[in-house]
Amino acid sequence: MASVEHTDGEVLAGGDGVRRRDFINIAAVSFAGVGAVAVVLPLIDQMNPSADVLALASTEVDLSDIQPGQAIKTTFRSQPLFVRQLTEKEIAEADKVDPSTLRDPQTLEERTVDGKKQWLITMGVCTHLGCVPLGAGEGENRGEYGGYFCPCHGSSYDTAARIRKGPAPKNLEVPKFSFTSDTAILVG
Amino acid sequence: MVRIGAFLVGLFFAGWLLISFLVGAVAYVTDPPAKTVEHEFHQAPKHVSFSFDGPFGKYDRAQLQRGFQVFKEVCSACHSLHYVAFRDLKALGYNEAEIKAIAKQWAIKAPDVDPKTGEMSTRDPVPADYFPKPFANNVAAAAANNNAIPPDLSLMTKARHHGNAYIYSLLTGYQSQPAELLKAFPDSKTPEGLHYNPYFANLNLAMAPPLTADDQVTYGDGTKATVDQMSQDVAAFLTWTAEPKLENRRRAGLATIIFLLIATGLAYMSYQNIWADKKKAA
Amino acid sequence: MSFPWAEQYTPKHPVMQWVDEKLPLPRLVYNAVGAGYPVPRNLNYFWNFGVLAGLALVIQLVTGVIMAMHYGANTLVAFSSVEQTMRDVNAGWLMRYAHANGASFFFIVVYLHIFRGLYFGSYKAPREMVWLLGLVIFLLMMATAFMGYVLPWGQMSYWGAKVITGLFGAIPVVGEPIQTWLLGGFAPGNASLNRFFSLHFLLPFVIAAVVILHIWALHIPGSSNPTGVEVKGPQDTVPFHPYYTAKDGFGAGVFLILFAILLFFLPNYLGHPDNYIEANPLSTPAHIVPEWYFWPFYAILRAFTVDFFFIPAKLLGVLAMFASILLLFFLPWLDTSSVRSGSYRPTFKKFFWILVIDVLILGYCGGAPAEEPYVMISQIASAYYFAHFLIVLPLISRFEKPLPLPNSITEAVLAKHGHSDGETAAVPAE
Repeated sequence: MASVEHTDGEVLAGGDGVRRRDFINIAAVSFAGVGAVAVVLPLIDQMNPSADVLALASTEVDLSDIQPGQAIKTTFRSQPLFVRQLTEKEIAEADKVDPSTLRDPQTLEERTVDGKKQWLITMGVCTHLGCVPLGAGEGENRGEYGGYFCPCHGSSYDTAARIRKGPAPKNLEVPKFSFTSDTAILVG
Repeated sequence: MVRIGAFLVGLFFAGWLLISFLVGAVAYVTDPPAKTVEHEFHQAPKHVSFSFDGPFGKYDRAQLQRGFQVFKEVCSACHSLHYVAFRDLKALGYNEAEIKAIAKQWAIKAPDVDPKTGEMSTRDPVPADYFPKPFANNVAAAAANNNAIPPDLSLMTKARHHGNAYIYSLLTGYQSQPAELLKAFPDSKTPEGLHYNPYFANLNLAMAPPLTADDQVTYGDGTKATVDQMSQDVAAFLTWTAEPKLENRRRAGLATIIFLLIATGLAYMSYQNIWADKKKAA
Repeated sequence: MSFPWAEQYTPKHPVMQWVDEKLPLPRLVYNAVGAGYPVPRNLNYFWNFGVLAGLALVIQLVTGVIMAMHYGANTLVAFSSVEQTMRDVNAGWLMRYAHANGASFFFIVVYLHIFRGLYFGSYKAPREMVWLLGLVIFLLMMATAFMGYVLPWGQMSYWGAKVITGLFGAIPVVGEPIQTWLLGGFAPGNASLNRFFSLHFLLPFVIAAVVILHIWALHIPGSSNPTGVEVKGPQDTVPFHPYYTAKDGFGAGVFLILFAILLFFLPNYLGHPDNYIEANPLSTPAHIVPEWYFWPFYAILRAFTVDFFFIPAKLLGVLAMFASILLLFFLPWLDTSSVRSGSYRPTFKKFFWILVIDVLILGYCGGAPAEEPYVMISQIASAYYFAHFLIVLPLISRFEKPLPLPNSITEAVLAKHGHSDGETAAVPAE
């Protein structure tokens, strides 16, 4: 840089024609800079999900074999997805809670589809640090609220998969999904 | 020392090369290499023009769709298109519902594993699937096709010199073996089960002529489906499967080169300007 | 450095002064490629290719690291992972084509850089070390390019790997064990692909390190110049920055335009169609050729067709191919003429141009199928190649009568611009 200043000093003495010359140098360097930035964009973009990854962004789940009280673990966008059919008792337990007392206030209705309240579809990703909570598998620890229990740092979720105890800040996320028939859903 | 050693090494290599040359030259004269039938009768691809020729050419979507139809109704019975997914058809101008329907109705089903029994099964393809292979593996492909494995077509136009003209020429180039050929090379009669085609590297192709009659497919857009037309269309389609980003590439290239021309012009002026005092002094 | 008049790095900003005290890296850069490096004022455009080779190396490093993010070094997925990069990864086709064509451009500029060195005698004392390190870079580049070409696992990749490692098989007794060791198997396979990937990733960084040594060695005596006359004083030089940074900026622009034309409009022009067919160990391509930058050496390899008593022709070809590169290491001691620049050596100049044409012919024959007349032509051309360096060059330097040299760089510049000596005083000392 020192030398640029030095040449600047020299040219300044030259008067009017000189300012045009300076302008060319600045323009040339600016163009190089703009070009460098333009090159960086695809270099960054290539790390975004590729077209084949995005194409797998939806999952179909068959519900016909899930009995009340049972849950299955499947995958959605390469992450665990919990699909659970609640029992009457579990629904009642979830409805009993006053949402305003919750850390992340939500009712079971808000977390399920109208008329199909027994189907609780959530991501199996603890909202604390992303571990997979227990409770979807047969005989797994469901924690003291009967929903899911994260073994990493002891977050307990209730039967509507809402956070009740432990460090997690939010309820288990409910992904976008829709019923394609009475016994099948499309997630994503 | 270095130079004496170098001189000897140089003398050895150069001398032995000249001797090799003489040996080769004598052999060339006394026992000239026999002409091969491929050398004499193989033909370079015919000239054919496409909408995407030249540096600024673009794909003709209607033609690609027609070519896809030919692939679907004729080629796909034997040839895979393994690097292309149904979702990629969006670039041909199909919308998502159409792509879903094309995938669902595809004659060859996608391999799957039964989630209950773990046994191999099949299901209707979905847009995220790649075009299913018509044969489970190469052995099955060879067994079903007189021992010749139908190659994957995804990259065919890039895997041959002048690929799209090659596809076109091959499809339109079937003919009976010329009499001069049999006269000059009596041993080179096309074997049973193969088909003479001067555009194929060794002249005898295992694939039977796939496009044999006009209107073998019925184009939805009313284009007359002559063999020539179908061959061109499928060649265009296979150009797209091999190089789906061609248009993006050319567009990006044009912008890049215009930018670089301006930037380089400025760089030249800046260079002249910085050197002005040196040049003046000299 | 031996230029007392070189500008001194004097940081003005307190932060820069602080940095300079703790770690004088900006000072190093200033003295290496900044205003602190005095360069002969008469360099022509052939002197752009060093910087351009550096630019090509950077392009290869950046695009290469990105390709590695999407590549699977396993024979089952290698080919499809590259295809997937081309089709599905955002700007993946750009990265892949830039990397493949970048390799060609790297070789183009390096060959022109070597051409410059050969014609203008840049390899001569006191710059022998610069030349030797440059050859080391060249060898590393060839190894890197070869291994990189194997990675897409196309037909040419596979058969190239087989043929090139097969060269080692020509060595008596230990040859076959060496070939098996190189491949980690009896034919190119997963083990080969993995080690080639590992080394292909590593070697460019080794190249970058040797490039630093190459530039370091260059800065001891300073750059040569088209007259070959050494710098005599401040009037002969200009600071690298801004004079040559500006000129290199223009050169880089031209380089990038040509690169963009190939990359965006003819991306497969220099490649071989067979490499778009996945590797098939059961079927050999009709004729196996390496990438164009290896063609001259490939022609030399194939030129040996006759056994020399107990040495088989194949081994001779291998030895000759390696010798054709290794002999360049002896060049500073083979060409003993005290005059550097070919411009002042009439006999040298004639033979030099014969060599250039000779190498072009070798290149053409190396890319052609192994049949007559190409083999016979490459035999003559290879013979001249060896004769040129090992016999002709030492003889020329002994018997040639060079043209009179200019007294100084400045005098040569003034003579060229048609001015009288009287104006020398007007040259401002930088």
